[in-house]
Amino acid sequence: MLKKSVLALAACVLAGSAFAAPEKPECIAPAKPGGGFDLTCKLVQSALQNGKYLDAPMRVTYMPGGIGAVAYNTVIANRPAEGGTVVAFSGGSILNLALGKFGKYTEKDVKWVAAVGADYGAVIVRADSPYQNLKDLIEATRANPGKIVYGAGGSVGSQDWMKSALIAREAGVNYKNMRYVAFEGGGEAMTALMGGHVQAYTGDASEVAAHLKGGRVRVLAVLSPERLPGELTAIPTAIEQGYKVEWTIARGYYVGPKVSDADYRWWLGSFDKMLGSPEFDKLRAERGLFPFNLTGDKLADYVGKEVKRYTLLAQEFGLAGQ
Amino acid sequence: METLSLLMQGFAVAGTPENLMIALVGCFLGTIVGLLPGLGPINGVAILLPIAFAMKLPPESALILLCAVYAGCEYGGRISAILINVPGDAGAVMTTLDGYPMAKKGLAGPALSMSALASFIGALVATIGIVAFAPLLAEWAIAFGPAEYFVLMVLALCCLGGLVGDSLPKALTACLIGLFLSTVGIDSNSGIYRYTFDLLHLQDGIPFIVIVIGLFAVSELMLMLQNAHAAGEPISVTGRLMFNTQEFMLAKWTMLRSALSGFFIGVLPGAGATIASAMCYAAERRMAGKDHQFGQGDIRGVAAPEAANNASANGSLVPMLTLGVPGSGTTAVMIGALTLYNITPGPTLFQDQPVIVWGLIASLFIANVMLLVMNIPLIRVFVKFLSIPNWLLVPGVAAISLVGVYAVHGTTFDLILGTLIGGLGYLLRVMNFPIAPFILGFVLGDMMEQNLRRALSISDGDPSILFASPIAIGLWVAAAAMLIGPRVMKAIDARRVPQEAVAH
Repeated sequence: MLKKSVLALAACVLAGSAFAAPEKPECIAPAKPGGGFDLTCKLVQSALQNGKYLDAPMRVTYMPGGIGAVAYNTVIANRPAEGGTVVAFSGGSILNLALGKFGKYTEKDVKWVAAVGADYGAVIVRADSPYQNLKDLIEATRANPGKIVYGAGGSVGSQDWMKSALIAREAGVNYKNMRYVAFEGGGEAMTALMGGHVQAYTGDASEVAAHLKGGRVRVLAVLSPERLPGELTAIPTAIEQGYKVEWTIARGYYVGPKVSDADYRWWLGSFDKMLGSPEFDKLRAERGLFPFNLTGDKLADYVGKEVKRYTLLAQEFGLAGQ
Repeated sequence: METLSLLMQGFAVAGTPENLMIALVGCFLGTIVGLLPGLGPINGVAILLPIAFAMKLPPESALILLCAVYAGCEYGGRISAILINVPGDAGAVMTTLDGYPMAKKGLAGPALSMSALASFIGALVATIGIVAFAPLLAEWAIAFGPAEYFVLMVLALCCLGGLVGDSLPKALTACLIGLFLSTVGIDSNSGIYRYTFDLLHLQDGIPFIVIVIGLFAVSELMLMLQNAHAAGEPISVTGRLMFNTQEFMLAKWTMLRSALSGFFIGVLPGAGATIASAMCYAAERRMAGKDHQFGQGDIRGVAAPEAANNASANGSLVPMLTLGVPGSGTTAVMIGALTLYNITPGPTLFQDQPVIVWGLIASLFIANVMLLVMNIPLIRVFVKFLSIPNWLLVPGVAAISLVGVYAVHGTTFDLILGTLIGGLGYLLRVMNFPIAPFILGFVLGDMMEQNLRRALSISDGDPSILFASPIAIGLWVAAAAMLIGPRVMKAIDARRVPQEAVAH
């Protein structure tokens, strides 16, 4: 208790000074503990603490619901001016925003602060699978769409599903004829792949690094624009193999629409400084994320473009208006 | 032999004074978190993880802390279940069925001590299981595809017969209401929102914890208000705090059986403590024959679910350690913790990080001994709760539960929802509907539906996939035995009785 009040006091004193950090720093992870959003919040929490940007420790709170929908609406409607509160978002949040699943609000209703890292899609099969590369899988899908069952951790219309649908599209198979099984999260999908219940899993690059060593699975392609650093560097991209499939899952933060300019600028400045530092690179790599830095207006532009792209994809895949 | 020497190394890691201290703190905190309705192991672990990281604990110590908290929660959940009829965590729902009636009879002490022992045996059996068979169990875990999960749920539903109170139609109705509520939210196969009424808060469905808090804590409060005019009968505690030899003899095989089945269910990612404890409770009730007091305070009714849920919690570490996939929500957070330390849990963890793996396993043994030793003398303290008058205790518990729910989800919507479900629970309880089938319907309904549809989308609509694997067939046979078994037994009994009568 005493410690808390001292910290609060310290925060108040600091708030009085010129380049004040916002009060009551908090990161809302719009999910249950343990997932990617949690990781994103823990990343900024450690980075701010290690770099001594804040004197009061940042709190991480959880607000699960609709890949960020609940948090998005809560922040805009009820907590729009809290300068200390950042909310984690992911590519999945942007997708659902584009699909209109975030209610009446659009991407213009919050202030985008920073994207700090990204994950990329990956196409994974079992180690004893006959498909040695992406071409094998795509040709097999083309020849017999009913035989190849894709599985992933998201429902129809989710990012994971879209990755499968894009691969199927390369095989000339309509998304409606694609065989797809939706699991509850990546862990279950990975387990089903290992058990041979599905033939291919369109997951994320960050989660497969650990499984590569285990020898139970094989990664056919990463869905990044270029080869990834680290353990996955030997894995070719889909583009290299002649298929224009790319799937980036950006991760970052936004703040409420009525946050003061001073606070917003403080966040931008802090992120600009942090993102350039080798310490941050290390923290990000520890969490399995790849570099992907955008702040302020550049991020807002990126989000706007992504929303447009997803809207087009949604129309193509018959998801609009759902 | 090699395993034993590795395990000894593990004990060397877990047995350092700092790590012992950390395990003790973890056990204590875990018991408290488990005891508080609304907070479960996942919250305990999520709260402590950043603290452990900030304290710069080495990875094995951090993991020991988290595992001790996890183990402690499974012990703590039973305390409020027995004393005040509100399960402290999801795995303890079944413990209320006989635990609370025992407390009302003045047998809170034996119920608490027996359930502590059952928890210990469950955890012990599971930990030995991990040591001996972890790599083999990995194969068991991945052998379960959607079809097998579906049949497992069918088996669980067939066990439901064991939870029926006085009236089958009432139990079925309660189960169906639970089933209905489980369909709220995004349908994970089609991505379509069902019964969400455009409320964003319902997109992910109704959180399980909100159901539990509503049905138990909130409805309890309403029941108390209804009975306010009648003088609340204070529960008397008989002097006995420990179970006696007779009770132990009655429950010993129950504990062992439930520990084993709980462990095997726990190893499956996607099943979990609630299902494990419900299946074991129901199976024991069915096996108990005629002269049992299940539902009215049978000692086996607290032993079975507690052994099962602790075994299942430890079992869920198997997929994490051997496959790198979470076996439960709590282990998902632990995997996050390992990632922070740059340790990637996965198939090679046993080879790459023997210190961590074996330290963790050894600490499970240590933590469970600590919890047993800690819990027995604490019973004296716990039963004091019963002397708190109801008008103070029940609102207090309801308030703490709701604060817990709010702390976890951060929205007032869940509070309103919990209150509404509490109202529903009150109506059901007033009309003598059993609550356990409601919970089971809610948990099983969703998993059953999703797995059936997954299985059918794998087979392109061909239902023969449900009978394709030996595991699935085995589960069907078990389900049939569950349904028909008791009747056959009854028929045999009925035939025997007249013969005996003749003989006399």
